[in-house]
Amino acid sequence: MFIFISALFLSGCGKPFLSTLQPAGEVAQRQYQLFLLSFSVMAIVLIVVITIYVIVLIRFRRKKGDENKIPKQVAGSHKLEMIWTAIPILIILGLSIPTVYLTFYFGDVKGMERVDEQGNPEHLVVNVRANLYWWEFEYPDLGIITSQDLVVPTGEKIYFNLKASDVKHSFWIPSIGGKMDTNTENPNTFYLEFDPEKADEAGNLFYGKCAELCGSSHAYMDFKVKAISRDEFDRWVRGMQADEEPELTTDLAMQGKQLFEENDQFSCISCHATTAKDERPEAARLGPNLADFGNRTRVAGYLEYTKDNIKNWIQNPEEYKPGNLMYEEANFTDEELEALAEYLMSLKVQE
Amino acid sequence: MSSIAAKRSVGAVLWEYLTTVDHKKIAHLYLFGGGFFFLLGGIEALLIRIQLLKPQFGFLSEETFNEMFTMHGTTMIFLAAMPLLFALMNAIVPLQIGARDVAFPFLNALGFWLFFFGGIFLNLAWVFGDAPDAGWTSYASLSLFSEGHGIDYYTLGIQISGFGTLISGINFLATIINMRAPGMTFMRMPMFTWTTFIASSLILFAFPPLTASVFYLMFDRLLGTNFFDVTAGGNTIIWEHFFWIFGHPEVYILVLPAFGIFSEIIPTFSRKRLFGYSSMVFATILIGFLGFMVWAHHMFTTGLGNVANAIFAVATMAIAVPTGIKIFNWLLTMWGGKIKITVPMLYALGFIPSFVMGGVTGVMQGIAPLDYQLHDTYFIVAHFHYVIIGGVVFALLGGAHFYWPKMFGKMLSEKLGYITFVLFFIGFHLTFFIQHFLGLWGMPRRVATYLPGQGLDLGNMISSIGAFLMGIAVIILLVNIVISTVKKQKVSNDPWEDGRTMEWALESPPVYYNFKQTPFVRGIDTYWIEKMEGNKGLTPAKPLDDIHMPNNTIMPFIISLGLFIAAFGMMYNPLNQVGDGKPWAIPVLIIGLCITFGTMLIRSIKDDLGYHIPKKDLTDDEHKGGVAS
Repeated sequence: MFIFISALFLSGCGKPFLSTLQPAGEVAQRQYQLFLLSFSVMAIVLIVVITIYVIVLIRFRRKKGDENKIPKQVAGSHKLEMIWTAIPILIILGLSIPTVYLTFYFGDVKGMERVDEQGNPEHLVVNVRANLYWWEFEYPDLGIITSQDLVVPTGEKIYFNLKASDVKHSFWIPSIGGKMDTNTENPNTFYLEFDPEKADEAGNLFYGKCAELCGSSHAYMDFKVKAISRDEFDRWVRGMQADEEPELTTDLAMQGKQLFEENDQFSCISCHATTAKDERPEAARLGPNLADFGNRTRVAGYLEYTKDNIKNWIQNPEEYKPGNLMYEEANFTDEELEALAEYLMSLKVQE
Repeated sequence: MSSIAAKRSVGAVLWEYLTTVDHKKIAHLYLFGGGFFFLLGGIEALLIRIQLLKPQFGFLSEETFNEMFTMHGTTMIFLAAMPLLFALMNAIVPLQIGARDVAFPFLNALGFWLFFFGGIFLNLAWVFGDAPDAGWTSYASLSLFSEGHGIDYYTLGIQISGFGTLISGINFLATIINMRAPGMTFMRMPMFTWTTFIASSLILFAFPPLTASVFYLMFDRLLGTNFFDVTAGGNTIIWEHFFWIFGHPEVYILVLPAFGIFSEIIPTFSRKRLFGYSSMVFATILIGFLGFMVWAHHMFTTGLGNVANAIFAVATMAIAVPTGIKIFNWLLTMWGGKIKITVPMLYALGFIPSFVMGGVTGVMQGIAPLDYQLHDTYFIVAHFHYVIIGGVVFALLGGAHFYWPKMFGKMLSEKLGYITFVLFFIGFHLTFFIQHFLGLWGMPRRVATYLPGQGLDLGNMISSIGAFLMGIAVIILLVNIVISTVKKQKVSNDPWEDGRTMEWALESPPVYYNFKQTPFVRGIDTYWIEKMEGNKGLTPAKPLDDIHMPNNTIMPFIISLGLFIAAFGMMYNPLNQVGDGKPWAIPVLIIGLCITFGTMLIRSIKDDLGYHIPKKDLTDDEHKGGVAS
């Protein structure tokens, strides 16, 4: 019965941008195969046990007239005991082969340092830095930094350096591949690959999660992954590299920019950069980089991208992500909030 | 100290329990102490499931939610499951091996009171504001970051109750090694005694690492040391190692005695001896041993490297072999038997498929590359609840029904027992089966909420409904206990009629000195052998003689109380990280420690030689004390 129900759940439910059962990349694909393999083996084990169990229950119940019957007291059976020792050993040996092979396969990050004839790195490397409730993605070879939205090209291996700057977190994009912790003391490395077709099906947008308890807003420490073609990615990179803020078209946005930089209550610029080329050292990058904020898909990683949400977030970050390190609440006037939101929404590197 | 059942005042009964060193009374204390915390942990679980009933439900704040699941885990593992197992061990193990008490009755009482005061201290966190909020694993970077005194309640409370557990574990080891009746070789020991023995040795080796690491964390937070502060050269991964070197064996500390209980229930109600006794013993030892070799499977995603992950993956899967041996041995015990379905047997029957499901998902997680996907998701939550509820809680409930007549001399209602079982069993599978899939669909564990539109809504709702069924089942169990307590009907020695081990030869409940004469053991299932030969009781090994008994004492209570007081002093010491040091803290710390160590000093100086029950009183005593006479 359980197996039947399982089959039902395996085929249905789950969302393509989140579910590990609908893999959209090489790593997740292999892990899914491993899941199916071990699931089938374990289902067989379960069936065997339950079959014996049902037979026992049907055949050997105490019936009327049995009240004083004493069954034969069997001490055991060497042969049977050997059988059910040997079979599990064989099953486990069988499962060990793909386990060990894939452990080393997934753990192979030598490609990270590989360079072509001109000395350019062959693969894209992203440094992921997890913070109390936001993610920073640095592309060291491209000289750009983004936050919250990870942008990657599809159809190639992408290597990640992972670490945390305050407490331990864990970096996980379920439909693309298994997770890896971001430790506070040393970087971890692994790779992922995004399948172009599957990315297309999922709307080029995947959901990432923090998988390690990190405090009150652990549940809201989401990020988005835009998986786009290499061409599109290169265009995006060029835009980000320009190191210039877009022209501001409205007075309101200009006013917002001024407020952003010169406000004496909370000077936003002291934590948040607005261009992707942020030369400051890591320790000085206290808040998410806001470059290309106008193209974000979510506010604060999880809220719907609307002007109202941006305004609410600026005014009351504590309400949306308790325990975050921004500030508890601000007392901006409505006009000020409007201007700030307008400014932030106009931060776009490309239309 | 009279065996005459005279009516006594409430105060006298209370005093009796505060000072008792009798293993049977301590078993009652553990049962009610552990039962109390079990209810507390259950309420916490229900609050968690209410919050997760629908997406972005604001029933609990995020902070409260984190405190809730931290306390749920900590309470259930340290303050409910283990003490409840200790209750059954205390009640039964000395009887099963033909002993008059445990080896160190004073320490046995001390173990209980340390557990109890530690548990109370931990739960006072709710009363005074900040409950621990870094998960029951309390990973170091987060637990150092945690504001308020929550984590300090955790470290101090766990430390105090941990001492109690360690003391009890050592006590059982000494008891089982030294106090077996003549003729009871190791290979004639009942399985519950065997699993208690192995679980106790796991306690002996697993608790010191916990004690050490919790001390480090406590010192970091309260005295300003830097064991885990990365910026000062500390290392947080070391906490993970320490914690899991304790934490993994802990699973077996819980589940081995559960196996033991089922190994008593299944043969009893199948009317057959345990199939493959020696392979069961071997499997138990092997599980205990391997339990120490696999801690890093909790850390596959920590980044220990390919070699470590591969080795620990294979070692982890290896545990399935001895566990499989046990499952098949139980099935073959029933094969060819005359199975009577009573409430304890129902729990055993419910246990087999449930636990196998928990076991197979365990193997799946042992596959390291697959665990990269499963780790820290609801799949894990589902897995360990299948193991801990499907194994340990079923054993506790089944064991409680099974041994209730032996412990209290009264039966629990079978009818209410059936209802409890059915509701609990359905509720359990409804709650946790779907959680495997929630994990696979991308739901991380320990999230205070989830967003709509991610495909997680329905599964969570099903899960919450199941939790309520379990809650109702527990309420019916409580009603059952109350009804049974009020009833006057007493039961015989062997109320299940097919009792096999020595405890069933004794009155229910046994007289305070247990066996009038130490019994002689002629094989596995001693009482069964005697019954088959038509004897009405056990064959005595020695002639009737004076019995030496220990005196009751309040000292264990006072020693534990002293540590409880000292803990407050420690928490508010001026060096603490929270910065709310109080001037009274140091004196309180010193007074508390003086109470503890002063009482210990008095105990060492003052001779307490106990007393003797003279032979004449024993011959006049109407109680048979297990002997065939």
